[in-house]
Amino acid sequence: MISGRVYKYGDNVDTDAIIPARYLNVSDPAELAVHCMEDIDVNFAGKVQAGDIIMAGANFGCGSSREHAPLCISAAGVSCVIACTFARIFFRNAINIGLALLECPEAVENTSDGDRLEVELETGNIRNLSTGKIFEARPYPEFMRGIIKSGGLIQYTRQQLSARQE
Amino acid sequence: MTLAEMILASHSHREKVAPGEFLDVDIDMVLSNDITGPIAIKEFTKIGLERVFDPQKVVMVPDHFTPNKDIASAEQAKMVREFCNQQGCHYFEVGRVGIEHVLLHEQGLVLPGEVIIGADSHTCTYGALGAFATGMGSTDIATAMATGKIWMKVPPTIRFNYHGTPGRWVSGKDYILYAIGDIGVDGALYSVMEFGGEAIDNLSLEGRFTMANMAIEAGAKAGLFYADQKTVEYASSRTERSFTVYKPDPCAEYARVIEYDVSDIEPQVAFPHLPSNTRPVSQAGNIKIDQSVIGSCTNGRIEDLRVAASVMEGKEVDHRVRCIIIPGSQDVYLQALKEGLIETFIRSGCSVSTPTCGPCLGGHMGILASGEKAIATTNRNFVGRMGSPKSEVYLSNPAVAAASALTGRITSPENL
Repeated sequence: MISGRVYKYGDNVDTDAIIPARYLNVSDPAELAVHCMEDIDVNFAGKVQAGDIIMAGANFGCGSSREHAPLCISAAGVSCVIACTFARIFFRNAINIGLALLECPEAVENTSDGDRLEVELETGNIRNLSTGKIFEARPYPEFMRGIIKSGGLIQYTRQQLSARQE
Repeated sequence: MTLAEMILASHSHREKVAPGEFLDVDIDMVLSNDITGPIAIKEFTKIGLERVFDPQKVVMVPDHFTPNKDIASAEQAKMVREFCNQQGCHYFEVGRVGIEHVLLHEQGLVLPGEVIIGADSHTCTYGALGAFATGMGSTDIATAMATGKIWMKVPPTIRFNYHGTPGRWVSGKDYILYAIGDIGVDGALYSVMEFGGEAIDNLSLEGRFTMANMAIEAGAKAGLFYADQKTVEYASSRTERSFTVYKPDPCAEYARVIEYDVSDIEPQVAFPHLPSNTRPVSQAGNIKIDQSVIGSCTNGRIEDLRVAASVMEGKEVDHRVRCIIIPGSQDVYLQALKEGLIETFIRSGCSVSTPTCGPCLGGHMGILASGEKAIATTNRNFVGRMGSPKSEVYLSNPAVAAASALTGRITSPENL
């Protein structure tokens, strides 16, 4: 069970907003996390606590393919991102590195910045502790659950390769 | 089947595929660069294999922060160089390197009918050749480097038909900005954009690369064109390898069909801070600019430089404007030199750079200070994209960017 404060943003939060390209001369997630969300919320990295939740509108993570984006969100301590929709490369990257994403427009519509949420990733249940409202996110496709269950794409690939060898 | 469905079916050993199906797809080329390569290498190492699946199908292009802009970038470039040396995969050193999405098709490393994935969102550029090309993250790339395969969900296809004859200064850049302005930055989310119509038949290959390049700016997985005679000649002249040309079925099922008449399309300008925030240049108003950037994987090809030079010939860049020209590759640079374009730019007061992604993503070679405005032939105008989060980027075609450099404000070449 995840529990944390919501940091809420609008539609089309792009990967340059999540981690500006000027910091991509390093790839260490902890170094990147210091600059997470910097260009749209300059104090984010200083105030976010372990377990907190990013919430956004449509097309979260649009723009570049940089895996640094989900990596730095995860390293900043964010437990999951809830949005109306996700850009496709960001979605793949997050699944691959083990950052939980939930698509739930109803939750986004009925949650304010600063609310506290409880999220059960296995079921997609989202409870807004500030308002008492409950929401249900769309489940992941079966195929992706396999990757998540393995602990990310690298683990999944290792398993596939060793199965092939046997 | 649509063009995308045909290519994906052929690469997953199936007769037929339909949107929503999950496939294990064979990959013909796996790309990464100096920013995404290092993470891909680290993840590849974790898989525990010593060698990539096929070094001839792996390419790394150090183009983003090269020539190395600082020590940290130099370390990342070094890691990529050493990995390529050790693996024997394709690699291009500074002096031979170009912007990846100008270089790979020039070098014949990507061909019609192939599947290409790259750890760079603008990998979709090669859709111009009739290839299925899409951007992914470093971990996906690491997996493909190990196995030669990647999972994909078959996307639905939206068909865009462009009809009519364009005006003098209207280019592929304007066709695609117009479409993004119409459908929005998530208008093709998870989908393929398939382009056709007589205006596309008449469009140069350069114009098609520009259009395919920006499919991602509408959220698309890929942007595809049928490989016509022009494309086949282009590809054949660059490789000995054979390739397959796919043509979409006349009865292919599209999620949506959108028709445009290009005679209605003016040169477009995308205002800050989204590529969909487009206006015809005639309605741009009075926007003073501090910088004009002509280049990038979107508009760094020879045709782009020819157009810009034709606008600038014999004229001078406004004294308050920095105009930065970045040929997309050494071949483009050399050709521009032969044609006298570089001399035109320098006599006009432009700075000419070695090929690099540089300022497009706020890396180096033209970063904006707070309060500054740039017009650029690049692909993104997000907050802080070219430097300060308090700067602004306006996207346009090369003719408008050149005309604006001359006057110091956003200007149509019509009005010079």
